[in-house]
Amino acid sequence: MSEPMVKAEGVHKRFGRLEVLNGISLEVKAGEVMCLLGPSGSGKSTFLRCINHLEKINSGRLSVDGELVGYRETGGKLHELRDSEVCGKRAQIGMVFQHFNLFPHMTALDNVVEAPVKVLKLRRAEARERARELLAQVGLAEKADSYPAQLSGGQQQRVAIARALAMRPKLMLFDEPTSALDPELVGDVLDVMRQLASQGMTMIVVTHEMGFARGVADTVVFMDAGVVVESGKPDDVISNPQHERTRTFLSKVL
Amino acid sequence: MPSTEATESQEGQGRPEDIKAVPVRHPGRWITAAIVLLITVAIINSVATNPRFEWSIVGQYLFDPRILHGVRITIELTVVAMIVGIVGGVLLAVMRLSPNPLVSGASWVYIWFFRGTPLLVQILFWSYISALYPKINLGIPFGPAFIHADANSLLKPFLVSVLALGLNEAAYMAEIVRAGIISVDEGQSEAAASLGMSRLLTMRRVVLPQAMRVIVPPTGNETISMLKNSSLVSVIAYTELLYSAQLIYSVNYKTIQLLIVASFWYLVMTSVLYVGQYFIERRFGRGFSRAEQAGMRERWLGFGRGSAGGAP
Repeated sequence: MSEPMVKAEGVHKRFGRLEVLNGISLEVKAGEVMCLLGPSGSGKSTFLRCINHLEKINSGRLSVDGELVGYRETGGKLHELRDSEVCGKRAQIGMVFQHFNLFPHMTALDNVVEAPVKVLKLRRAEARERARELLAQVGLAEKADSYPAQLSGGQQQRVAIARALAMRPKLMLFDEPTSALDPELVGDVLDVMRQLASQGMTMIVVTHEMGFARGVADTVVFMDAGVVVESGKPDDVISNPQHERTRTFLSKVL
Repeated sequence: MPSTEATESQEGQGRPEDIKAVPVRHPGRWITAAIVLLITVAIINSVATNPRFEWSIVGQYLFDPRILHGVRITIELTVVAMIVGIVGGVLLAVMRLSPNPLVSGASWVYIWFFRGTPLLVQILFWSYISALYPKINLGIPFGPAFIHADANSLLKPFLVSVLALGLNEAAYMAEIVRAGIISVDEGQSEAAASLGMSRLLTMRRVVLPQAMRVIVPPTGNETISMLKNSSLVSVIAYTELLYSAQLIYSVNYKTIQLLIVASFWYLVMTSVLYVGQYFIERRFGRGFSRAEQAGMRERWLGFGRGSAGGAP
């Protein structure tokens, strides 16, 4: 049995005195899609941000592809990774944000080209060719020269997905990718994510889209108040929840 | 595969006619315009016909080699002092935002000192620095020195002027740059970080280009101020534009005429800067507006007519 792509054991995260994550333990296997559900403030997004070290965890162990996040373990001691090492790790993990966070001063194409050229040191011509392929894959081939402000929210989010994919990540993190979108634009973004899942990408998705979770996820995790309340196959968790808190939450969103 | 949203509006097919309405009249605008015009004509008339202006003298000195030399020195001073100011300002701004309290504190003290004392005092101070430090030694503090120099021979008026103007400017530029950096949404740095970009790379490729949009307009103003403030170094007898004019009128007593000559050149230079700033702002505004803003042309054409939503 191979090492899981993401492994969390008793992960805690505090902001000041506020306990945001209160001992999260879970595993995501390579090629698996996990959906994180739960009310706002339950720590889903924070957990996602811990995985690529945008947030530092306070205790517990968190590893990606068999390597600790943010630390190196030698002789039973933890050593903090240097900034350049953290960057190297992050380059292998794609992240898509709720508010897209495209670089507004660059065209869609340049947004996708930037990191492969500057971080992976790809030749610009090669990176542009690949960026065009990726934009075509998300259905935006003809928008390559548009600036983000000229694109709809759904189009911006699909460019953001292409930007993350350009780094050839082994893991994709989606932080409420459709929450800031008009309802009619949600479908296109979910289609791209579905397509990605079918290609075998390992994905962790924080979402409120129950249809997507039910149809695409291998595992659904319901979180509340910084702990995993229950997890399992989507049909079990969504259609037949065992816990009262899950039931009340689902009755509100379904 | 998702399809792209079709956003083309369907024009040309049975499009309803545009509204034709009698525009609102604005008699008040015409009356104020007439008054402004009248005052303008009166001023021009008085300036042109008052013989004490001695316009022929102004014309005589307009292209005097000493004046043109002064113009050149003023431009040199402005350019070099602004470079010192901008480089120093970026450095101080990044220091201000440093997590190291000693580094950010040092930046704070610098800015506090140089913004808290008058520029004129700083210029005079730098011109007398050789009284404080007759010998200048560059080296390791409390250790060996590598460069020895005599302050009086090193600190020529140009260097004193550039130091005084540039170091003062750095304090102001620091605040401008800092405001620009802070104005960029944190999500931008996070997105860059998630792509594996280092802090330096993020600053250079993502944050600063966006901060430029906030930094450039006040920097243009600073450059224009610098051009004019450079006249202050006339107090240390450096032959920039104003002092060149003063040297001439101290001999021929045509004070007003030479001040008009100096003013003319200052106006020419600031006007050039205004044009330059317009183009630079347009360059860094890329990607931030869906459509170009209505220009001067539309404003002038709309004068006196009821323009919907476009009135200033």
